[in-house]
Amino acid sequence: MTLTLFAVFAAVLVVSSLSVILQKNPVASALFLVLSFCSLAGIYLVLQAEFIGMVQIIVYAGAIMVLFLFVIMYLNLGRDVETGMQILVRRGIGWAIGAVLLAEGAIVIGRHAAAGPASSPAPGIGNAQALGVLLYSRYLFPFEITSIVLLVAMVGAVVIARGRAGPAARRGSARAAAPARGPEAVAPPASTPPGAAAPGPDGPGRTGTGAR
Amino acid sequence: MIPLSWPLLLSAVVFVIGLVGVLVRRNALVIFMSIELMLNAGNLAFVAFARQMNSLDGQVFVFFVMTVAAAEVAIGLAIIVNLFRLRESVFVDEINLLRG
Repeated sequence: MTLTLFAVFAAVLVVSSLSVILQKNPVASALFLVLSFCSLAGIYLVLQAEFIGMVQIIVYAGAIMVLFLFVIMYLNLGRDVETGMQILVRRGIGWAIGAVLLAEGAIVIGRHAAAGPASSPAPGIGNAQALGVLLYSRYLFPFEITSIVLLVAMVGAVVIARGRAGPAARRGSARAAAPARGPEAVAPPASTPPGAAAPGPDGPGRTGTGAR
Repeated sequence: MIPLSWPLLLSAVVFVIGLVGVLVRRNALVIFMSIELMLNAGNLAFVAFARQMNSLDGQVFVFFVMTVAAAEVAIGLAIIVNLFRLRESVFVDEINLLRG
């Protein structure tokens, strides 16, 4: 039973992972990535890591993929155009390196084939509870460091994504302000009053935020 | 019972798929997704060994890897958004200057 489940989840995982890198449309790639994360969560369940499986779905398929899809749609990306000799050469090199590496790994793993675990874990204490006890005792310090990592990432993401008020940002605002000087029909959305729409390329504040 | 080699082999396959994705694709977002695939392959190996050794330390490591992956995605996507704002492109072979 577990073998069948593992085989099914593994097949879904491999096929969807391949689709991630073969799809031309980034949105399709992201959705296949969600599928592969979900099948990986199933594999974690088969391997008796219930808490990790749930966290996999919540964090990866829930939070991280929402972030990915948000950015893809925010940037309004179309299909990737990948043609030309250079792309073909790169593709050949990439697949060759992948094949060599996979063969190497398969040989190593096959040579040291190991049986499954000798004994099943002792029943009575749940996986999540045991993991929590471990996290708050032996791994307490790394656990606290984790919170600092998340805080730094949060601040860093806000600072980086806010952009900078340098010449590049002004260039961007000039690009955004250019159509606003046209007829009324192409005026930017309602948040900008028509009178204040075109303060010129180096106008501070309003146009800058509009460009973002 | 599942032999240890199976999840390890699966982990190797997924890792190689992610590696090929990084080498082959030129869209920075898809490269990021491939990096996520590689991180997940590492997680799968951790979980497989944790079950083999009958200990939970491997699963704790998976927890930390997930945290770092979340932080990395937040920062990386912010960088990609910023790059797109500067260069109007997310193709990594068109982004070849440190100066914006």
